[in-house]
Amino acid sequence: MMGNRKKLIVMFYSMLFAALILSCEDNGEDIEATSFDREAMLTHWADNIIIPLHNQFSTSLSSLKSTTATFVATPNSDNLSQVRLKWIAAYKAWQYIEMYNVGKAEEIYFFSKMNIYPSNTERITLNISSTVYDLENANNNAARGFPALDYMLYGIDTTDDLILQKYIGDVKYGTYLTDLVDAMVLNTETVVNDWNGSYRATFISSTENNASSSINKLINDFIYYYEKGFRSNKIGIPAGVFSGAALPKNAEGYYSRIYSKELVLEAYKGIETFFTGKLNGTTIMQGLSLSDYTDHMEGNLEEKLSTTILAQFERAKTKINELDSNLVSQVESDNSKMLLAFDELQKAVVLLKVDMLQAISINVDYVDADGD
Amino acid sequence: MFSFLNSYLKKDSDSMPLAVFRIAYGFLMFISILRFWNKGWIEELYLAPSFHFSYFGFEWVKPLGEFTYLIFFICGLSSLFVGLGFKYRWSIVIFFLSFTYIELMDKTTYLNHYYFISISSFLMIFLPSNARLSIDNLKSGTFYQNVPKWTLDALKLLISIVYIYAGIAKINSDWLFRAMPLKIWLPSKYDLPLIGDTLLQSEFIHYLMSWGGMCYDLLIPFLLLNKRTRGFGFLLVVFFHAFTKVLFPIGMFPYIMIASALVFFDANFHKKVVDWVIKFFEIFKIKTSSLIKKAYTSQPFHYKYPKFTLLIVSVFLLFQMLIPFRYFLYPGELFWHEQGYRFSWRVMLIEKMGYTTFKVTNSATGGFFYVDNRDFLTPFQEKQMSFQPDFILEYAHHLGSHFKEMGHQNVKIYAESHVSLNGRRSTRFIDQKIDLLTQKRSLKNYAWILPFNDEINGF
Repeated sequence: MMGNRKKLIVMFYSMLFAALILSCEDNGEDIEATSFDREAMLTHWADNIIIPLHNQFSTSLSSLKSTTATFVATPNSDNLSQVRLKWIAAYKAWQYIEMYNVGKAEEIYFFSKMNIYPSNTERITLNISSTVYDLENANNNAARGFPALDYMLYGIDTTDDLILQKYIGDVKYGTYLTDLVDAMVLNTETVVNDWNGSYRATFISSTENNASSSINKLINDFIYYYEKGFRSNKIGIPAGVFSGAALPKNAEGYYSRIYSKELVLEAYKGIETFFTGKLNGTTIMQGLSLSDYTDHMEGNLEEKLSTTILAQFERAKTKINELDSNLVSQVESDNSKMLLAFDELQKAVVLLKVDMLQAISINVDYVDADGD
Repeated sequence: MFSFLNSYLKKDSDSMPLAVFRIAYGFLMFISILRFWNKGWIEELYLAPSFHFSYFGFEWVKPLGEFTYLIFFICGLSSLFVGLGFKYRWSIVIFFLSFTYIELMDKTTYLNHYYFISISSFLMIFLPSNARLSIDNLKSGTFYQNVPKWTLDALKLLISIVYIYAGIAKINSDWLFRAMPLKIWLPSKYDLPLIGDTLLQSEFIHYLMSWGGMCYDLLIPFLLLNKRTRGFGFLLVVFFHAFTKVLFPIGMFPYIMIASALVFFDANFHKKVVDWVIKFFEIFKIKTSSLIKKAYTSQPFHYKYPKFTLLIVSVFLLFQMLIPFRYFLYPGELFWHEQGYRFSWRVMLIEKMGYTTFKVTNSATGGFFYVDNRDFLTPFQEKQMSFQPDFILEYAHHLGSHFKEMGHQNVKIYAESHVSLNGRRSTRFIDQKIDLLTQKRSLKNYAWILPFNDEINGF
């Protein structure tokens, strides 16, 4: 009896072993572990993408500051045009960095201080007239940043002449404009100095797979930005996707209007820049990117996931290109085109949040609970 | 056959293993409840969400606001009493009821090991686990040296079912021939020291662990039952659960399973353990031996209603053996539609992710809008809802009543759902042309789940 049982066990184990050997035979060449140099990826992100983009933004903000000073000192039509040009240049540069909500940016709520729209124009008007306000107070988040500048430069009256008259007639407007720009410069300096200082090293060395590691936080930020800051805020909300009725006033750059589509396209370039790890307009820097990481983690499939994602980005971009350069009038005249663009953007959300996250096995929303 | 059964039922067994199990179980449960409370999960999982996902037929079980803490308090206290063997029968009944109530409040938190706690505590209601080493003995001045052998065997059978069914569930082509989902999970643990960026990246290890895991689950009960392999089996149990504890966030589960495996050891082993514990306490001058060895009289144990008890336990165990196979009643791929997936020891078997949004339309005007799930669900709930059809349907109905109450007219709700299973590319999950408000919750097959466009063979 005992002998039989022993035999059975021996037989079972030998079968098991045989099965194991068989199952591994065709994968023989894959036995060697392949590892991905995550620190190299983080270094590439920091040195070749994030820090240069932040420095560019900082520079464009500085020239906005000096033209603003000129305009406030001498409010005339030429100087107004100059401020407007520098404003849109800085706003476009901003589109590339809004997603990087780590380090000091996260700590000081950088994004919320720079680009909350639609603006609260009543609050802005109140601030201007009262001259007593604390811009750093979170209650003023919708009364500051680029959207507030949009209102100050295009929206405080109906024509350019009348706008100019406000600055000429009441010094309070110039003061508020200056304060807005100064606050932006100040907060940007905090973030940029940290990147150029000690934060870079912290960022690069944090390669673990957990809720507080750079790699996970940045990928989470990227996806969150794509879904919320980009898809919802720029296209979905103005098109009324979440409200039933279109909300043209919620478009980014509502008061200047002409730039609204340009800002969306610029933001899309920022998204592609991060995903592919290739910074436009500069000499192409080679380095490991999120697309490489995705493909590495997914394994050798015939069709690379990064290719699928980029193709979807392209399709969405085509739909955005078909929109009027003034998204407000697009929403008002033919909102269906906005909805089509939204649908294409949405397909990429699925690819990023489901397929990519499964491949790289990163939790998107950290839940502190047990698993099975 | 009948005479064999008759003589088997008359067999006695030493009550020590049952008593030791009760103590370990009670105190582990007590620690689990404390840990759960301490981590703030009562608030986070049961009080913070505005909406809760219910089990079919148990829609009436909901968190009770601040009184939810009271349920946890009762549950913790009763587990402590179980451990001490104080008013055992009452304590275990209350523990079973309170623990099960907690688990039924929101299925977002469903875990196989919570289910194991519920059913094992149910079984323990009918076992004389306070026969020994209990305060009840002190009070009555009696203890039971022997209890019916079947009581211990019932417990062993339940634990064996857990392992064997978990093993059977692993006999499928994804697990064995694609090494999924370990091939996704293990490489993501690259930050573990030593093995993380080396072994866990190797495809050979993914296959080895898949096959090893299946064999482990299928064999462990037999290794533990056989006296000659028991020691080895127990070492495997400790190693396996310790290893999975390192790899995955599985809370108290490893400790519970390690403690459960002790049931398979004979009374002498447990007596040694008890003696060792007594000696340990004596170091601190605590005379537990006087408590335990006090001259009680040993009584022969008799059930008050032997036939009734036996009937309940038999039906319960039979039920446990059948219920994991209920998925045969549903067409299509189980891992995809998950009808009959829960309560079947399918542990860490699939990697599934989804993204599901809901389109609320007015059928008269054609107007529509999408719901921001964050307005209704916690991130955890949203994650679970996104790939489980019964969650999707329940949530759609919740949205329906919410928007009707808000005064919306002619409300229809459609799900835009994409799901990815075990590393496959995502595909559409729910028929987006079906108004989910027209679909009822039931145990019948949900025809609005789109078919899985691949094949997984096996159990």
